[in-house]
Amino acid sequence: MSEFDILHQRAKCFYDSFERKAELQHQTHYCPGCGHGIAHKLIAQAIDELGIQDRTILVSPVGCSVFAYYYFDVGNVQVAHGRAPAVATAMKRALPHGVVLSYQGDGDLAAIGTAEILHAANRGEPITVFFLNNAIYGMTGGQMAPTTPLGEKTTTTPFGRNPWTEGYPLHVSEVLSSLEAPVYIERVALGNNKMIQQAAKAVRKAIANQVQGLGFSLVEILSPCPTIWKMEPADAQKWVREELTKVYPLGVFRDKTKEAQPRPAPVPAPSLDELPKIFSAKEGRPPALAPAAPCRRTVDLRVKVAGFGGQGVLMLGQVLAEAGLDAGLEVSWLPSYGPEMRSGTSHCHVRLSNHEIDSPLVSRPNVLMAMNEPSLRKFLPAVEPGGWIFYNGTSLPEGAMRTDVTFIVQPFIALADRIGDTRAGNMVMLGAMLEATGLLESEWVASALARLSKSERWLDLNRRAIEFGREVIHREVSI
Amino acid sequence: MSDIARPDKGSVAINADECKGCGLCVISCALGVLRQSDSLNRFGYHPAVYAGHGCNGCGLCFYACPEPGAIAVYKRAAAPRATQPELVAA
Repeated sequence: MSEFDILHQRAKCFYDSFERKAELQHQTHYCPGCGHGIAHKLIAQAIDELGIQDRTILVSPVGCSVFAYYYFDVGNVQVAHGRAPAVATAMKRALPHGVVLSYQGDGDLAAIGTAEILHAANRGEPITVFFLNNAIYGMTGGQMAPTTPLGEKTTTTPFGRNPWTEGYPLHVSEVLSSLEAPVYIERVALGNNKMIQQAAKAVRKAIANQVQGLGFSLVEILSPCPTIWKMEPADAQKWVREELTKVYPLGVFRDKTKEAQPRPAPVPAPSLDELPKIFSAKEGRPPALAPAAPCRRTVDLRVKVAGFGGQGVLMLGQVLAEAGLDAGLEVSWLPSYGPEMRSGTSHCHVRLSNHEIDSPLVSRPNVLMAMNEPSLRKFLPAVEPGGWIFYNGTSLPEGAMRTDVTFIVQPFIALADRIGDTRAGNMVMLGAMLEATGLLESEWVASALARLSKSERWLDLNRRAIEFGREVIHREVSI
Repeated sequence: MSDIARPDKGSVAINADECKGCGLCVISCALGVLRQSDSLNRFGYHPAVYAGHGCNGCGLCFYACPEPGAIAVYKRAAAPRATQPELVAA
């Protein structure tokens, strides 16, 4: 054909062969007459024409088009169901020069991913989204989609979609065009030659917008699904043209391409060196004190610290565990708490041992540090005979008694008020515990405190609280 | 149908092994120069075939086809070449 020039052929940004399967290396996995193939070709052609193949990143969704990365010779990421706009946002911010295309079906974008697309559009992320709407769940075998027209029978609406129970078809382009930020939103269809030509223009424009640095662009493409619709490809194309476009009118819903200003470049992320300053961290870490007298005795401390959130339960456990590190012991610290930041129950398991710790769980504590009555009642039966129980209270509550353990009962939190801050009640209790058990050296605890206290003021307060706790123990009267 | 005095403006090449026989190119062609073959390709589809002449190179079948490489469309070179009439006649 030397007298002919090539007008249209396989786009350069498709791979030469598709390596998904050993056979069929030149065919897509799509069914005969599927709209995905056409949409792929329109996108590929636009990428070729704009000359952006080497900086395009395609985000493949979940759905029939999950394998788009087998076809496009561009950067590819395949993401969790519906999350493509979120991932595309991250990639566009990390690589502002990249051209990030999110390709999603209606199950992905309009059902599970509604939040992601809505907020990406509302932030005006400068990405390009292709939304293939075939009004059905294709890959999973024909369940109703949010975009299914009223009255359509699907496997999950066998009597036809009923608005009273399944709601109305979701008009994504209309919804998104109610937002302030998007630059370009158009709905096109793959219903005949003319519509496909219009779709090609829209696809190209949506990508070109991003190349120019403009904001969010989305093209909704009404697409045939002959297999699930149980139609011949020609009939499916006709159904798109004549029926689907009645439910989803074609047209431009938003076009600020002319007046939109290129978005300012994203502020680059701070370098690692800047992070300590941003978080007001002190330069370096305070050096751990070399243990003056490394722990030679046998230690098998199994501590359960329990109380309300906000009482410093977790901090108490951390100081213990860190002190164990300074002693050269094996340690573990396992927090357990509810979602509340204040007043929920909170406890932690701390283990210090000469030997390797097989499990960080403490189900049989030899030290229980109970900051309130419910914690005492809950964990009292679990304490090993011969163990220690430290209880924050003036006396043991009724019925919470055992004769085979040692109780230390003091209003530790109230006592902390005497040194100026009830918030140091946890450290008063820790001081009492250290003094009573005599297991850990003061230096180890001091070094741990220096690392964990959030400011000089707190370090001073915690030190004083621990000393105070040590004194309290000698005034203690065993019950 | 083309004649020697007015050679075709375009041509189309269909890769029978990439065609899935959906027939969308056949209905996209206003000139009716595409049809589906009576025989099957090796994957069991009736691939589209070009009548061999009559294409004007509009490219609509390319856009209608869902497969990336099943159809290529050619357009006659803008400047007529000296060898052209002989080739067409042949």
